[in-house]
This record gives sequence, structure tokens and C-alpha cells, in this order.
Amino acid sequence: MDLACTEDEEDFRRRLRAWLANVLPTLPDRPDPADWPARRAYDCGWQRMLYDAGYAGLHWPENAGGRGATPTQHLIFLEETERAGAPYVGANFVGLLHAGPTIAAEGTPAQRARWLPPILRGDQVWCQGFSEPDAGSDLASLRTRAVRDGDSYLVSGSKIWTSHAEIADWCELLVRTTPINPDTPKHRGITWLALPMDAPGVTVRPLRTLAGTAEFAEVFLDEVRVPVDHRIGAENDGWRVTMVTLSFERGTAFVGEVVACRRVLEALARTAKANGRWDDPVLRRRLGRLAADCAALWRLTQWNVSEAQRTGGVPGVGGSVFKLRFSEVRQELYEAAAEVLGPDALDAGHEWVADRLSSLSYTIAAGTSQIQRNIVAERILGLPKGR
Amino acid sequence: MTRAVDFQLTDDQRALRDGTRELLERRFPRARLRTVVDGPGVGAGLDRALWRELGTAGFFALRLPEAAGGVGLGLPEAVLVMEEAGRALLPGPLVATQLAAGLGAAHAADGSAVITALDLGTDEAGADRLVEHLAEADAVLVLNGEGAEVRPAAALADSARRIRSVDPATPLHRVHPPAVTPGAARNTGAAARLRREAALLTAAQQLGSASRTVRMAVDHATARSQFGRPIGAFQAVQHLCARMLVRAESARSVVYAAAVTGEAGDIAAAKLLADEAAVRNARDCLQVHGGMGFTWEADVHLHLKRAWGRAGQWQTAAAAEEELAAGLLPDSC
Repeated sequence: MDLACTEDEEDFRRRLRAWLANVLPTLPDRPDPADWPARRAYDCGWQRMLYDAGYAGLHWPENAGGRGATPTQHLIFLEETERAGAPYVGANFVGLLHAGPTIAAEGTPAQRARWLPPILRGDQVWCQGFSEPDAGSDLASLRTRAVRDGDSYLVSGSKIWTSHAEIADWCELLVRTTPINPDTPKHRGITWLALPMDAPGVTVRPLRTLAGTAEFAEVFLDEVRVPVDHRIGAENDGWRVTMVTLSFERGTAFVGEVVACRRVLEALARTAKANGRWDDPVLRRRLGRLAADCAALWRLTQWNVSEAQRTGGVPGVGGSVFKLRFSEVRQELYEAAAEVLGPDALDAGHEWVADRLSSLSYTIAAGTSQIQRNIVAERILGLPKGR
Repeated sequence: MTRAVDFQLTDDQRALRDGTRELLERRFPRARLRTVVDGPGVGAGLDRALWRELGTAGFFALRLPEAAGGVGLGLPEAVLVMEEAGRALLPGPLVATQLAAGLGAAHAADGSAVITALDLGTDEAGADRLVEHLAEADAVLVLNGEGAEVRPAAALADSARRIRSVDPATPLHRVHPPAVTPGAARNTGAAARLRREAALLTAAQQLGSASRTVRMAVDHATARSQFGRPIGAFQAVQHLCARMLVRAESARSVVYAAAVTGEAGDIAAAKLLADEAAVRNARDCLQVHGGMGFTWEADVHLHLKRAWGRAGQWQTAAAAEEELAAGLLPDSC
């Protein structure tokens, strides 16, 4: 327990701040959320600026094209970019936070050289093909099958909840290479493939969410040919390969949003002060409590990062504790926002209303809160396996 | 605000925590706790020998400089020690005595004096206040507005009335503020700091209790079988326990961070979340224990009752929330 900010880290922060102050005013206007090609161009343009300035893949290992920064430097980067109002990773989320780290950890040197530089430069966009209509929380029961045919796999099946599928070049795809049978645990028959989205037999159908926008898509695969050298890790070892990715997801993927929570909360307070609702002690205390909750999320993040720094590995099970709290606090924050807004809470054009609708997915996406509690109960607390 | 915090305990901090736990397990085992709460007279006096032993171990002089005969440690170490005290349900005005030792109160540092506290707040005419362990105390740390002073316990005795304390290990007196004549103002300006530190150290005790009740619930859910399996294999029970851990670890993150920064806003968050974790975890622990949880014999109610008491001390939820809310509008007020 110490305040440990080295001179190097402070220097890193100063240089980053100066750079952000320089480049952010040169960014084009943010695109219309419904215009996917424009969103891709905007997000990839920002990624290219990061790349040219040496900030792309900051915490990736150097043999993956990264800068080998410490977890604390990475945290400073995420904190400062959010504070400065820089763009979010957006369309590059999967490439930078799921597929890329997986290839960096598990890919061959040739695979790293092929796929990682275009991700870091913002040249290629990835999407994620994990969930299926009948394999959500029970991901290991996925049925999209891949059959070996010479130097290729022939892949057939369907995926769901795939973000950015319409504009992605590649999909990190989980397929079944050993049929579900009574003798093999079902997670032993899964393989990780890099699927080119322009391959014949790939069909994308946008999925409209309750927010009215098409943030996700269904992806249908009909005898799609995927070369064997597109496989990361061994055949039937894809579950283990994927767990590396999911650990990343629950580690630092939400840092920017935690910083944003505090900013939104301060904006709620200013709005409430202006419209008179601040005089209601019930609302005031509710916002005060959320300030404590946001502080805890920030400290839990720092804790997870200092844990990762100590072990030199990816963030551990502490990620589940964070994810549970984060999902709930995000939703409580926008419930409070609705109270501050009063009648305007029904104006879908208001930023906070759109965010309120989006926040409904937080206790579901990336592992439902119920699944997270199972993980906490069984893997952290050591309770007997439930059924 | 933007400093990086390293939450990893140093080797010395680990040794301090483990040493404190070992001392308390040896000198204040469950049997001792049960003697206190099952004895003939509720709150049958503090164990003075234990109090002195705590003093010898540096419990009260922890933050005094070494030149003044103290241990020379800081708030993070004090938090770790108080967390262990909360875990063990160690009775007595631990926080008040440590704070009084910091003001140089006679015999506080070595544990030969027991010093309780009375915070009259900053309002002119306040409501009645509760003072714990008044009958056993030698002196009272009185915070009045901006000032702080240590006065003989006898000065309060006339205006104090004993109540039947809900927590059998924490006797309480009710004190009516106007009956306490302010003495000459001493340590002017110290009260705000003392209130912050008291809130933080109390939060640390709540954290210890909140972590302990998670363990108690998990142990019970593992040992107790119904329908042919441990009740901890049922998701309904698992999820209760998971929520308890999330509460305890969220509280831990802000309590430890506040111990490092010492900032008022961080301490308000720490007190708020630690109070909630202690009270709600004790409630859920009681629920997991089923009928046994409703008995006097189980220790669960002792955690709940102590947590209620500490939640009302120093900074209540309402005060913490208002302070945090005010912090959202830095330019106004």
C-alpha cells in the first residue's frame, strides 16, 4: 500500500497530455452513429494517429509490435485519454482488446506478423464470433462446426451479438472441431479461427437493439472455407486460447468508462443544481452515494492493475468483482440521470437517455451478472459447484 | 487524484497484520468474546490486562513518532490493525484511545488508560449523544466544534444516563450536550482531522467485520447440508455469498485508498461503503445461517449489532453522502 508514481510515469503522463492537447483539436467531427462506414473511418483514423505517435499497443509485448509499457502506464494512458475527451476505441475494440491480445499471446511469429500490425495501424477491423443462438452463458455448448478438408476447414453455423460485423475485415471465430459427445468435456472440442469476413458463404444480418440502433449483427456461415494456418493454437484447444482473451476483457477494458462515470456524475450534479432538483436531499444523497461507488470502481481498477503488475500476468478473478459492481453502478447512474432529467428522461434524443438504454446491456454482456456470481462463489469463495 | 496507488501490502504491513491477528486469536479468542456477552452483567467491564497488552504491542502508540516512544507508522498501518480488531469483534474504545494518545493524553499510549469519545459536532444545540464504555473509561476525548480536549470521565458522569445497549459488548451512555460545559479551548483546529481519522479507523473495523462475515457464511454454507447437498451448492445461497464478497472488496478498495490519501472525500466514501458492507454482510450472513443465525449462541448477531453501532459513529451515511455530493460541485457552495 503505497503511492508509487515513478518519475518515468509522471513524465509519460506529461508527454501524453501535451500530445493530446495538440492533436485533439485536429480531429474531424464525430460521425453519425448510424453511419457505419463513417464510424469505421473515424475510429481507424484515430488509431492511426496513436500509431504514428507511438501510443498504439502500448502495453502489448514488444514481440507483438507493442511498446512493452507497464500496466500503470497503460492505466495512465486510458485515464488521460478519457479525461481529455479523446475518441474511444470504437470499431477497434475487438482487435485491440480481444483478438489482438489473443494472437499476441498464442499466435506463431508468422501469425503475429500477419495480423497484429494492421490492427495497431488501424488498417483492419475485427469482430467477435463467440455467442450463438443456443450458446450464450453456456458458451462451451456452441455448435458452429468446422470440418477439415485438406488445408482448410469448412465452417457452417451461425453467430449472434457480433458487434461491428458489417464493417469488419476479420472475425475471431470459435468453432466446434469435435462433436459434442458423452466422453469428452464439451469445451475440449473447440477451436479458434481467424475468419475473413469477405469469404464466400458469410452473410451478415444487422440486429436492432432496444435502443433502436443496430449495434450488433447475426453472422451466418454456409460452408465457408478457412485455411488451416488461420487457426490460433492447437485444434480443440480454442477454449483455453479464448480464456486468455476474456481475462483481458474483464481487466482494463472498462477503464475509460469508469473515468467517464465520474464525469457524467459531475454533469448530473450541475444539471440538478441548474434545474432545482439539487434541493431534494433524496436525490442529492443518491448522487453522493454514486460518487462513492464510482470511487470504488476506480480503486478496484487500480487494484487489479497493481495485481497484474505484481504477477506480471493478465488481471485475475478480481475482474469478476469489478465487472459485477461496474455493471450495476452504470445502471444506477442512469437511473439517477433519469431522475435529474425529469420529463426529459423520455426524450430519446438526449445523450443520457441513449446511454440509459445502452446501460441495460451491462448486466448481460461479457458474462451475465448471474454467471459472474457463480464464478465468484465457486472460484473465489470455493463454494461447492452448483447446478 | 491522479496518483497511482499500489494496493499491494509491503512485507512489513503483512507482518503487522498477521502479528495483530495472531495476538488477538491468542488473547481474545472466541471463548473470551462469549464470556463478555454471556456473562451475568451485560458489558461486564473491559479487560484492563488485555488493554495494557494492546498498549505494549503498540496498538495505541502506532502513529506516534518513535522519538515520542511510538511506533512511527501511518494511517495505512493503523487501518490494517483496526481491520483485525473489527474482524475479532474486539470491544472497547480503540479508536478514541489511539486518537487521544496522538494528542498526548496521559497513559493512553501504553494502554494503562481507557479513553472514550464524545463528538458534540459543530452545531450549537445538538441532540443527545451516545458514549461507549463511559463507566469503564478514565477519560473522554471531547470534540466540540473546531476544538478537541481530553477530560476526566467523571466530568460527564453526572449528565450521563446508562441505556440498555443493543450490542452486549458495547455499553452505552446517553449524554445531553448542554450538560457538558466546554472547557478552555485546546487543540483548536484539531477536531476536523480527528473526525476524519476516526471515521476512517471506524470504517477499517467495519471492513474487518464485513470480511469476517463473508468467511462465516461460506463456512456455514459448506458445512450445512439440506436436500442431500451442502446449501452452498444452491445458486440462491451462492449468489448471496458472492454479493457479500463484492461489497467487502469494494469497501476494502476505498478504505485502503483513503488510508493512503487521507483526503476527506476518500474517507467519506470509505465510511459509507464500509458501513454498508458491514451491516448488509452481517444481515446476509444471518440469512445464510438460517434458524441458527437468529440465536444468541451464534456470533452473527454480534457482528450485526456492532456494525449498527459503528455506522452511527463519526460520520453517518447521510453525512457522508452529503459530503460526497458537495464534492461533485467543486465551484459552488
